[in-house]
Amino acid sequence: MCLAIPMKLIAITGEGTGKVDAGGVNADVSLMMLPHAQLGDFLIVHAGFGIEVLDAEEAETRLDLFRELAAATAEEEEA
Amino acid sequence: MNSAEEKRTAQALAREIRTICAAAGRPMQFMEVCGTHTMAIHASGLKSLLPGNLRLVSGPGCPVCVTEKGFIDEAILIGRKYDASLVTFGDLVRVPGSFGSLTTFRAEGGRVTVVYSPMDAITRALQESPRPTVFLGVGFETTIPTVAATLQAAGLRGVDNLFVLPAFKTIHRPLQILAAKDDLHGFLLPGHVSAIIGAGSYEYLVQDFNKPGAVAGFDPLDILVALRDLSRMAAEGRPEILNDYRRVVRNDGNPVARAIMDEVFEPADAVWRGLGVIPGSGLALRGTFTRFDARKHLPVEVPVAKDDPRCLCAAILTGSTTPDKCGLFGKECTPEDPVGPCMVSSEGTCAAYHKYGVA
Ligand code: SF4
Repeated sequence: MCLAIPMKLIAITGEGTGKVDAGGVNADVSLMMLPHAQLGDFLIVHAGFGIEVLDAEEAETRLDLFRELAAATAEEEEA
Repeated sequence: MNSAEEKRTAQALAREIRTICAAAGRPMQFMEVCGTHTMAIHASGLKSLLPGNLRLVSGPGCPVCVTEKGFIDEAILIGRKYDASLVTFGDLVRVPGSFGSLTTFRAEGGRVTVVYSPMDAITRALQESPRPTVFLGVGFETTIPTVAATLQAAGLRGVDNLFVLPAFKTIHRPLQILAAKDDLHGFLLPGHVSAIIGAGSYEYLVQDFNKPGAVAGFDPLDILVALRDLSRMAAEGRPEILNDYRRVVRNDGNPVARAIMDEVFEPADAVWRGLGVIPGSGLALRGTFTRFDARKHLPVEVPVAKDDPRCLCAAILTGSTTPDKCGLFGKECTPEDPVGPCMVSSEGTCAAYHKYGVA
């Protein structure tokens, strides 16, 4: 029940409301818990509410780490 | 990352986990507290990558599973007595009560609407006005602020026929009870609950119980990273709380969401299937927000409800047993015809075992 999905904020439509891109479809989102959300941010959306903003830098760090691990495994496979 | 890279990453993490567990030389058991993790673990089949001496057990973080049967009965009785319109998340509609589920209630002519957002309950209430419209309030800290924000909005808009039947639960108190169990050596901590309450809020696991915790995302690789970190901390006897979901979870969580929640709700005792009454582990409406309290304004007599004594849900929710030990599993109890809530919820442990196999 705590499922929440990253969606890009594509419009701010009023005080505390906006639109996100939900897989090609625009959906309303409440920004009441994210007063500092900005256009282009990826929001973690739960039950129609943005509950957090995805930290792009942390997301990139994670992928870098995974790529390193994958590369190490690939080398071993070849060896 | 492509799928070949993902697979290699998973293998690398699994190898680290196996090395740590082999060196530890003793069995370790971790609890995944959150039902969404339970589902992700089974759907990805990642248990098959883990060594035999590392066991994962499910916890109480399936809101529908820990909600007592009497709650469904109470909702249906309110629907009947006041001709109320019931509004709920989809997870609840097939949970068996003492005299049927919300689905059978609807088939008998009851008014039940499934919504995606609590905000939709306001729309429903306006359509139904002046008929009382009752939102069934189930969920943890991820969901609670969304309901609180909805009630704030309803208050501002003067919606006077909307009510909430609260059965909300908060995670720290039950976690303190479970942390005292000797056979649990660490906790895979919930991702989106932590987005609200903060990775820093679990320090008591280390201070009071000397046990590690790792906040995890829901991708299988996120879960493997957290399991690696938990294994290492448990094996070395150096517990900490690690945040392995930093792209979403802040140490202090989301204070704005917590402020909304605190304005509308205050702590109350709550009953948990499997754990009983835990003081301060639930929420009641606060101050002027009690005008939305269905229990106060639409009272009904709820007879004491009994779970089927053969259902092991209660023990499963505390990590004491697994669904394959239940004699009804897959026979009398299936997702189509569930006996207990652990089979019906999309994140119940029995549902996960049934869908993806007993691993
Ligand atoms: S299989 Fe059904 S009856 Fe058995 S523990 Fe799970 S929910 Fe209960």
